[in-house]
Amino acid sequence: MMALHQQQAVSEPTGGLMPSGPTYHRQVEARQRRGRIWAIIFQAALVSGVIALCALIFNIVNQSFGYVAIVNNIDPAELAVDGTPLNALPKEQLVEILEANVSAGLMRRYAHDVPFAERSREDIHGLILERVVEPQVQATWGLFDSVFARGSVMAEAEERFPGSDVYFRSWLTTSFISNSQSSEPLRAGVRTAILGSLWVVAITILFSFPIGVGAAIYLEEYAHRERPLNRLIQTNINNLAGVPSIIYGMLGLAIFVRVLEAFTSGAFLGVGDQSTANGRTIISAGMTLGLLILPLIIINGQEAIRAVPSSLRQAGFGLGATHWQVIWHHVLPSAMPGILTGTILAISRAIGETAPLVVVGASTFIALDPSGPFSKFTVLPIQIYQWTSRPQDEFRNLAAAAILVLLILLLTLNASAVLLRNQFNRRQANA
Amino acid sequence: MDRLNRELESTLCLLLPDGEQGVNMTQSAPVAHAAVSAESMQGPVAGVDGQADADAVGGGPKHDLRRKPRVGESFIQGFLFLCGAVSVLTTVGIVIVLGRETLLFFASEEVNLLKFFGGTEWQPAIGRFGIWPLVTATLMASLIAMAVALPVGLCIAIYLSEYAAQRTRSILKPILEVLAGVPTVVYGYFALTFMTPLLRGMLGRDLVEIYNTASAGIVIGILVIPLVSSMSDDALTAVPNSLRQASYGLGATRLETALRIVLPAALSGVAAAFIVAISRAIGETMIVAIAAGAGPNFTFSPFRAAETMTGHIVRISGGDLSYDSIDYNSIFAIGLLLFLLTLSLNILSQWIVRRFREEYE
Amino acid sequence: MTIAIDRPSQLKTETNQPSPNGTGRFAIEAGAMHVYYGDFCAVRDVQLGVPANKITAIIGPSGCGKSTVLRCFNRMNDLIPGARIEGEVLFQGQNIYDDNVDPVEVRRRIGMVFQKPNPFPKTIYENVAWGTRINGFRGDMDEMVERALRSAALWDEVKDKLQQSALGLSGGQQQRLCIARAIAVEPEIILMDEPASALDPIATLRIEDLMKELSEKYTIIVVTHNMQQAARISDFTAFFSVDDRRTGVLIEFDDTEKIFTNPSQKSTEDYITGRFG
Ligand SMILES: Nc1ncnc2c1ncn2[C@@H]1O[C@H](COP(=O)(O)OP(=O)(O)OP(=O)(O)O)[C@@H](O)[C@H]1O
Ligand SMILES: [Mg+2]
Repeated sequence: MMALHQQQAVSEPTGGLMPSGPTYHRQVEARQRRGRIWAIIFQAALVSGVIALCALIFNIVNQSFGYVAIVNNIDPAELAVDGTPLNALPKEQLVEILEANVSAGLMRRYAHDVPFAERSREDIHGLILERVVEPQVQATWGLFDSVFARGSVMAEAEERFPGSDVYFRSWLTTSFISNSQSSEPLRAGVRTAILGSLWVVAITILFSFPIGVGAAIYLEEYAHRERPLNRLIQTNINNLAGVPSIIYGMLGLAIFVRVLEAFTSGAFLGVGDQSTANGRTIISAGMTLGLLILPLIIINGQEAIRAVPSSLRQAGFGLGATHWQVIWHHVLPSAMPGILTGTILAISRAIGETAPLVVVGASTFIALDPSGPFSKFTVLPIQIYQWTSRPQDEFRNLAAAAILVLLILLLTLNASAVLLRNQFNRRQANA
Repeated sequence: MDRLNRELESTLCLLLPDGEQGVNMTQSAPVAHAAVSAESMQGPVAGVDGQADADAVGGGPKHDLRRKPRVGESFIQGFLFLCGAVSVLTTVGIVIVLGRETLLFFASEEVNLLKFFGGTEWQPAIGRFGIWPLVTATLMASLIAMAVALPVGLCIAIYLSEYAAQRTRSILKPILEVLAGVPTVVYGYFALTFMTPLLRGMLGRDLVEIYNTASAGIVIGILVIPLVSSMSDDALTAVPNSLRQASYGLGATRLETALRIVLPAALSGVAAAFIVAISRAIGETMIVAIAAGAGPNFTFSPFRAAETMTGHIVRISGGDLSYDSIDYNSIFAIGLLLFLLTLSLNILSQWIVRRFREEYE
Repeated sequence: MTIAIDRPSQLKTETNQPSPNGTGRFAIEAGAMHVYYGDFCAVRDVQLGVPANKITAIIGPSGCGKSTVLRCFNRMNDLIPGARIEGEVLFQGQNIYDDNVDPVEVRRRIGMVFQKPNPFPKTIYENVAWGTRINGFRGDMDEMVERALRSAALWDEVKDKLQQSALGLSGGQQQRLCIARAIAVEPEIILMDEPASALDPIATLRIEDLMKELSEKYTIIVVTHNMQQAARISDFTAFFSVDDRRTGVLIEFDDTEKIFTNPSQKSTEDYITGRFG
């Protein structure tokens, strides 16, 4: 605009005060140039967003795979008997090796836990690796260095950790998923955390889906908009959606863990873990997350219900159906795909939540699988948080592998939500 | 869904008075069985009634239209109302819980409001309860986040709504959604293992500490970019095309149309997006808990370690915490402050949207 | 145009309301009925007795409250927030707006067919069966569905695809399905709001024939914009218009033949001959 005014002053007033001729062309060119520059800036912003996403993914994948340098307490090759390598020995010989290398007290404890006769060969092999070979991670490298700077990785390992065993390791393996938590990074896994996540999310769904859909039905079908109470409920839900998740954690801590301890610890049923009978259990965590995603489910559900054409309701009423019959037989089935899509998205939010569960009191270390809603718990994001907080590199690698598991889980969920939505849209289009 | 319906239908029939009154109706001609059905629908007593009155009202069968108690129906409606009320109870619960513990906190002789809002040291172990170190760290991280997210988010939104072709949009929007769906603990990991080394590599290891608010802030910024861009994009695309055409018709370029016509018209929506983003950044927890530092520190340098309000709550509650200790109460006081801060921001954004909503047509 | 305010209330006696079948019986009767949407009075002081087992057409310019009046006859207006009705609507001697009357019962006795076909997104069979099932029908459902579809002259077209989605039918078929669905619950009265306006001429004719047939067993009240249609199918015609405050009023109600050949009101004649609306 500034440019325009200046141009007006100098241009020849041929037929008016607006610039024309070559002056005007120059001015337009300048404006177009500015336009192109800004277009590039806008695109650059977008590209930077994409780069951020790529960096995030690169970083995690990079940390999940790569070389590790390991020093063994006893070289497994030394444990070979008559040339048969350790991993090919029969069970009896493995037990002998174990007996020869660990203290009698430890042997008695193992025998006490599970008698050796009942243990499998793999189990004993694992015990030998853990107690006798005792591999220690000295250093780890990322995937990028391992692939493109292999030489320098090897040289560095040779120099700093002479005699160490350097090999390429994928931190994300099937045993990573099936192993339980362990303080040994090489043997640690996420089974406990995955099971914990599933339990917690199951409680969350059981708690928030019926209540959320019920509230959505109430607000869309029964509530008179003008009534102050209903307006209060609606405004309240919109505001709850913006409350930081950690606040929900504090609510859960004060209400579910503390006030309702008798219930959430399972004491009222006499089932809880007596040694640690407090309310820091799966059910507390699930209900906390349930409250957290309730507003999301309600808001989504309301939108889905609002999208059901009113002609459908009229048709039902016109036949002498009661309000609930119309809702149950016509409104809900039509709205269900939308409701489910919203619910899946809300659930994937719940699966990724960490802060409220830290506050509610996730356990820092449990190797025991959760056995029910009154067990202590840990979940995948908590596990990631704890591993990330450890200073050692190898735990960062574990965290990266756990993040991959979490992201794959979430991606599958989100993809199913998108599929559901698309299928529903197609069906609508055909109808 | 259909199957589910059918399964539950039987249950429903038990709940609803209508379902119980079924009497086998086999008839030949519609008119004839209008009478039959009237009887059977109402049960024997009403049926006799109907017959008796029929002549009085001109020959036809008379139906009993009186309201019958629909216990199931009222029960369901009551239940649904309770579902809606749960959300109000949640808010009430939050206010009571935070309020109660905060009162207990201020009731102890070690603290008072003056010390709380006047002190610059937060050391519960030695009875120092000045909130400022936590607040400045929170504000610093949020400011850095906004410096990243607002320009980038707005530019993305303008690009998406004013420049991108439909096809490009349909590819880019899901990418942004993916970005928004990544759990915050993953962003925290990203901040600590990627952003911090990057900053230290660029600015020097002496300047940038291992834990610092800058990298946490930048990553929070990345986290809220999708929020800013999708909310702003919604506001921009809601501006009617007639406005754009009018602008082009006057000889304006695409940029001039976007910045001087469309953006001002969508300003309230964009402002609301910004405010929601700020509130989100203030409440963000895991990124700062992982990357910003684990100890209150009254500093204005973004490259030093400092603990935010949320980070402090997480660290304290993650340890062994005994109820009704001053530590326990103190995190609720911080929580209340956080709640009030974010709540007022959210209310402000809703108010802006409502107050300055452009009414097209 | 001006309309005497007290006109409609005198109408009933003045126009010598027809007494069908010589029984003097009205299927439904509105007395001093006013309808409001919020503060706006949409229709005022309607006095109208609808003869049983006949087709009654409601005509009038757009916005004069035809749909509003029709909806009052089975309390569909209850579903519109802010809608309010004064006066009474007598059905078999009972005021359906009495406090102790259940709108659900009313709608089961007084069915409705809407302007746009609105089948449920279910199978054809289920569309017909649903209404009867929720109303407690426990008889031979297959037989009942067939009878309803035959009554609606749809059976031959759909008998091979009863389990297919009703949304796959043509507009005209869908509308006849909606009629079948309505008569399946065996109402006394069927209200139809421009049932053929979304259909082509052939489908319209089929609906009209169907209405003729149905009128032997049911009382039909139909809103239409199509003057020829009203003349063709209806036995009685009610003409509504608006006053200067855009409130609907009943101008004239009489034998269709009389309305179309020798209306007693000037405005009726204007409307029918196309000089109005
Ligand atoms: N749901 C509603 N809320 C408020 N006013 C309404 C509503 N429905 C109808 N009206 C008003 O009531 C008056 C009568 O409307 P109605 O739909 O009954 O007219 P109509 O005669 O059926 O018109 P048409 O021939 O166009 O269908 C109109 O002025 C209309 O604006
Ligand atoms: Mg109408």
